[in-house]
Amino acid sequence: MSSNASSRRATTEPTWLRWLLTAIALSFLTLFLVLPLVLVFEEALSKGWDVYIAAITEPAAAHAIKLTLIAAAIAVPCNAIFGLAAAWAIAKFRFRGRQFLITLIDLPIAVSPVIAGLSLMLIFGAQGWWGEYLNDHDMQVMFAVPGIVLATIFITFPYVARELIPLMQDQGREMEEAALTLGASGWQTFFRVTLPSVKWALLYGLILCNARAMGEFGAVSVVSGKIREQTNTMPLHIEILYNEYQFAAAFAVSSLLALLALVTLVLKSALEWRHARDLAEAAKVRSVE
Amino acid sequence: MPLFSSRPRPVLPGFGLSMGFTTFYLSLVVFLPLGALVLKSFQLDWAGFIEVVASDRALASYKLTFGASFIAALVNMVFGLLVAWVLVRYQFLGKKILDALVDLPFALPTAVAGIALTALYAPNGWIGQYLSALGLKVAYTPLGVTLALIFIGLPFVVRTVQPVLEDFERELEEAAASLGANRWQIFNKVILPSLVPSLLTGFALAFARAVGEYGSVVFISGNMPYRTEITPLLIMSRLEEFDYAGAAALGTVMLLISFVLLLIINGLQHWSQQRHGGKSA
Repeated sequence: MSSNASSRRATTEPTWLRWLLTAIALSFLTLFLVLPLVLVFEEALSKGWDVYIAAITEPAAAHAIKLTLIAAAIAVPCNAIFGLAAAWAIAKFRFRGRQFLITLIDLPIAVSPVIAGLSLMLIFGAQGWWGEYLNDHDMQVMFAVPGIVLATIFITFPYVARELIPLMQDQGREMEEAALTLGASGWQTFFRVTLPSVKWALLYGLILCNARAMGEFGAVSVVSGKIREQTNTMPLHIEILYNEYQFAAAFAVSSLLALLALVTLVLKSALEWRHARDLAEAAKVRSVE
Repeated sequence: MPLFSSRPRPVLPGFGLSMGFTTFYLSLVVFLPLGALVLKSFQLDWAGFIEVVASDRALASYKLTFGASFIAALVNMVFGLLVAWVLVRYQFLGKKILDALVDLPFALPTAVAGIALTALYAPNGWIGQYLSALGLKVAYTPLGVTLALIFIGLPFVVRTVQPVLEDFERELEEAAASLGANRWQIFNKVILPSLVPSLLTGFALAFARAVGEYGSVVFISGNMPYRTEITPLLIMSRLEEFDYAGAAALGTVMLLISFVLLLIINGLQHWSQQRHGGKSA
């Protein structure tokens, strides 16, 4: 009996230690995650509902919200199509340089957003490679909506692909080969066999991609020029309000993005709990974000 | 393209199309801009390049960027392990909510995180007022930069360690216990070694993310040259002075470092997966 008790003691921690470790972990998470989140909503409502509603409905804010939605609505589908194509090529086929290609796809995650914006500027800006051509043809990319969309695409580029690649790799190609043997065309196989089997991972990638797209700050701030009611996205609008000491308004707009973050987390967790199996492999690598 | 020739005869169609589109899109969206960056920095001759990237102001910014990122990643390694441990091994009320909340720094826009942290740690903020009573200044100091980077990197170690800890075979602990090891010995000699690859992966990810971070830092740092100016911010001020070549030179240095970090991370992940019993294909 005594050896049994001591071996149980050695496979779990004493109760006081469990409590202590849990308390430290909870304090750490409260300090770094819960407090900033609570503060955003508290500050947003610190001057009352009227100020809050006014801050998010004034023309500059409304325009910023619209622009953010437009940028995400273009960037996310583009990257979803890329993600599907890249996952098909990388997961279903074997070729030299495959691992290297995966590393390259991850590159935008590691590159500083400021560098992403700067790079776009060097191509599309007035002094850039294509600046003169664009200017001659009266097309503006920098300090205009196309630049914001391009910067958003760059930053959110890997998110769908990196959810799909491990899952599709894990699923192998037997199902597709069976469909082809039974006479389905390539596109039929893709739309009726492959796509349904990865739909939850695709949705997961879309959610992450969208959250990143709507919140992007560094890259967009380089290319946007921050012209009010023209090229201001929500995060840039927050920066301007904050620098003008309009704290309640800045936090009011922030609270919308914080809500988006919370919705993202809820959807993400719901997918993880309900479709754990369909995401199993994807979840393992999701950490590289 | 001989580089991408496929080895086994493909039965599935669409390799050419999907591969072609992938390389085209990747080149257009990523390589073309990054190539322009590197080429732009070549406009400077070698002496000019060195003058920009090794100026006192640049060196001070590297010191802050890499120093604060390293400390933040280290803090996250310790607390990330603790949080992962508590989330996997213990039961408590609200655990699932907390588990979901760990990903908040991924989901919350960096600008929002930046102003929230600044307001918290400003001398009159919720936390800052107590710290300033103790004579500790956080906002607008390197310490504030480090705090923002801890926030940004928080999920990485938790999310790399958590799955490894979940799959850890409890039989190993029981075996060690029946051989007479105490709890600390088991943790130190049995559990911790198997977590090392994932801890290092998480550390490297948090570090790489912190090095490039901009949005959450600009607000809390105060952006004083030589003191609280991170490298991405220095690039930004070069841009505002229309010194594109100088900005590109600094950007190229950062890009190179990011790429090396990414290769290290991939190597670590590979190692981690092998140690993890080859669960991932």
